[in-house]
Amino acid sequence: MNKTNPLSSSRRGFFGLAAAGLAAAVTARGAGPARASVTTNARIVIIGAGAAGTALANRLVQRLEGAQITVIDGRTDHYYQPGLSLVAAGLKPASYTVSRTTDWLPRGVTLLAERAAAIDPEARRVETEGGTRLDYDFLIVAPGLVLDHDAIPGFSLDMVGRDGIGALYAGPDYAARTWQAASHFIETGGVGVFTRPATEMKCAGAPLKHTFLIEDIASRSPAAGRHSFQYTAPQGALFSVPIVAEKVRMLYAERGIETHLRHKLISIEPGRKQARFEVTTIDPVTRAESVSQVDMDYDYLHVIPPMRAPQVIRESGLSWADKWTDQGWVECDQQTLRHLRYPEVFALGDVAGVPKGKTAASVKWQVPVVEDHLVAAIEGRAGTETYNGYTSCPLITRVGRAMLVEFDYKDNLVPSFPGLIAPLEELWISWLMKEVALKATYNAMLRGKA
Amino acid sequence: MKELTFETLLAVFQEMFGATLFWLMLAAAVIITLAYLYVLIRDRSLSMRRFLWAQLSMPLGAVAAVLLTQAVTNSHFRDIGGPIDVIVLLIVAAIGAIGVAILVYTVQSLLRRPGAVRPVQTYDGGQGG
Repeated sequence: MNKTNPLSSSRRGFFGLAAAGLAAAVTARGAGPARASVTTNARIVIIGAGAAGTALANRLVQRLEGAQITVIDGRTDHYYQPGLSLVAAGLKPASYTVSRTTDWLPRGVTLLAERAAAIDPEARRVETEGGTRLDYDFLIVAPGLVLDHDAIPGFSLDMVGRDGIGALYAGPDYAARTWQAASHFIETGGVGVFTRPATEMKCAGAPLKHTFLIEDIASRSPAAGRHSFQYTAPQGALFSVPIVAEKVRMLYAERGIETHLRHKLISIEPGRKQARFEVTTIDPVTRAESVSQVDMDYDYLHVIPPMRAPQVIRESGLSWADKWTDQGWVECDQQTLRHLRYPEVFALGDVAGVPKGKTAASVKWQVPVVEDHLVAAIEGRAGTETYNGYTSCPLITRVGRAMLVEFDYKDNLVPSFPGLIAPLEELWISWLMKEVALKATYNAMLRGKA
Repeated sequence: MKELTFETLLAVFQEMFGATLFWLMLAAAVIITLAYLYVLIRDRSLSMRRFLWAQLSMPLGAVAAVLLTQAVTNSHFRDIGGPIDVIVLLIVAAIGAIGVAILVYTVQSLLRRPGAVRPVQTYDGGQGG
């Protein structure tokens, strides 16, 4: 007998669909109980309403009852900076990265829409450009960094987008203009020269990403085969984490991107489309360094200028005296981000004088640490959270693929999804994270919820 | 992810689609699921005819979900780089297939009155009972 039982088949179908329906309707348990808020009348001043300042303000409002929290930032727009690489490759419009500073700040926080002009850590006072004086009990220094475009003679921001010059770090509009210049290069072919600065920089993966993206788009364009790609870097390696540097070296070789290490961009001649580099050569026997200069012709040049702490920080006496003296990053403990000489001062984000850590993902890890130590100080106890240097970089290698590179101070890879998402493989899922989930996670972080 | 709690996920999804669209989508999913459970309980049986149509629509739902995902994320089949990517692709396809199947079954059931449901026919393979 090969009679089929109609009831069992229909029941199986029923359970199948019911299970699917149940799966769709399933709800998970809520988050744990909210931590009790701490009552205080502490005056807390946060310099900077970028990713770090905003996220911390939102978290402090949730943790503290009665604190006077003032955020100082003169910029009305908030930039989602991780999106600039996508804008500069024509994948997103400039507006994708722009929102308003006030959109993200919680009630209970005072925004002083001015720039900080002076900090006196001895008197515990901040003065703004408008002359407002603010005394503080705790100061969070999170103003970001400044791009020193003037350090490259021959270059000025008004050139971006014209005559083959790009500069995606300079902001959303400049990133969009960078794509104008890059897309012209993609259409016509020629020599593309990509640079990075000798200083510490935010998102050290971005110069690599921009090169990868433009090469990928060019290789699929009608002019494919008429381009040459030259990647230059003042450093001795392609990336600070050796295992990642090796992987990028292999990918660059595969993709025909020529690498010029120890090449520092020092000036450009836009009329002749020529860039001048300072080249450091190390004698293999004596290890003696010699410096020379070399000119490179370009049809497309991506400029990333030196990066430094804002002037107000460098003049405040908060910077390291013996490290990064030309850059001025804030002297602070690597684990707690607390100032080493002024314990009521914390540094967050790009301005912090720690190795690594100048990315939005780092900020996400840093903010809860500073929150913990700040609240603990108000309560008169010691904080326990530490920052291990976590830095993340969805290193885009093609439109549609990326490597989810995550590492710490010790150059260890610290994957969030070990065994599931391989950090050194070019994966679609890593691209999806960058393109879909990252901005959402960033926004949730700004609101203090991630 | 440092704190991957339900609240974080909820916040991320709200940011991804915008709060309004997210809650509308969630409401639509809940309503369709409830409607589906309603017709199952109302009819007290699974109509094999409707179930057949639901099943036939599954490949379309799977393909549509994959193509939609690729369209909104600047990606293509050539971007599949490892096993996890194949798994993600299959999960997206499965969600599309199951979602469409539930939708097709529910819509058919709601459009036809309960009285119009044909009794489940016994298939005996032509060999008699």
